[in-house]
Amino acid sequence: MLVKDICDLFHLDIVSGKSYLDREITGGYCGDLLSDVMANCCVGNVWLTIQGHQNIVAVAALKQIAAIIIVNGRSVDADTVAKAEEEGIAILLSSKSAFEMSCLLGQAGLGK
Amino acid sequence: MITLKADFHIHTCLSPCGDLDMTPKAIVENSLEKGLDLIAVCDHNSAENAEATIRMGLKKGLKVLPGLEVCSREEVHSLAIFESADQALKMQEIVYSHLKGTNRPEFFGDQVVANEFDEVEGFNDHLLIGASGLGLLEVIDNVHKLGGISIASHVDRPSFSVMSQLGFIPKDLPLDGIEISQITKFEEISAMTDLPVMTFSDAHFIKDIGRVHTEFYVETASLGEIKMALKGESGRKIGV
Repeated sequence: MLVKDICDLFHLDIVSGKSYLDREITGGYCGDLLSDVMANCCVGNVWLTIQGHQNIVAVAALKQIAAIIIVNGRSVDADTVAKAEEEGIAILLSSKSAFEMSCLLGQAGLGK
Repeated sequence: MITLKADFHIHTCLSPCGDLDMTPKAIVENSLEKGLDLIAVCDHNSAENAEATIRMGLKKGLKVLPGLEVCSREEVHSLAIFESADQALKMQEIVYSHLKGTNRPEFFGDQVVANEFDEVEGFNDHLLIGASGLGLLEVIDNVHKLGGISIASHVDRPSFSVMSQLGFIPKDLPLDGIEISQITKFEEISAMTDLPVMTFSDAHFIKDIGRVHTEFYVETASLGEIKMALKGESGRKIGV
């Protein structure tokens, strides 16, 4: 499953990294404490969070995350978007909660 | 030059998690007993007990700086420390305007506003345990605009610290310093940052006041001198 597939399937708003939607998704991770995400998120994961601080971009780049989904209808800071464009990180927005989004991704076959 | 033993992270009975014995009077008396020369009181998102503590300090001969421990939108705690109570109360006004919710003492604890005579003046209703809507950078910018200093709280702790919430200390964050809670981590942390590293007690109970402290080599006990020590200017410096 590619990042662009989940964008289409779940009507996610793409706020950065439009040219980086061909990345393959290997699984998913939920977390808002970046120390935890740095320790446990895996390469190619899609990362579900409510954290909008620009440090999420550095964490995503470091862990080679496929895309970040900002859940719960939250937005991200303007400097986060700018940094994500620089680093080539796709940030997607969803009005659903992390739990609902995880269920949908699971039903779509992710993590199986 | 003089050497000041300082503890800049002391909660009063105003913090919901602060012990009710942490009155302005008890804090000043105990700080003097512990040999501290300079303290700051930093309650969660509030400075309402600062003036009473300053007045008690004046009476007993202890310099007290007013402060707050602000919780940012990212749930990062930082100390905002000022020279005058007016500055701290202006910061409090900004924080309150971005702080939602009402305290539930049965869950979070009482938030006692006390005077210097150990009398209860009232109870604060704000949800002081909560996070403000201010981003960490906005918190720091506001503190600087008001003339204060901003110190990231207990960066070595697994909760509410810049490291736990944001993974690392953003390089462009204009902090004046960072606080570690355990002196054993000093070398580990100072290798990771160019910022001045200090250690304070984060006391919520009387027994914990001054359990660790930071020394400032300065001319007088004032925030201006502390700022110079943090920058290493004109022979001023800090020591942990």
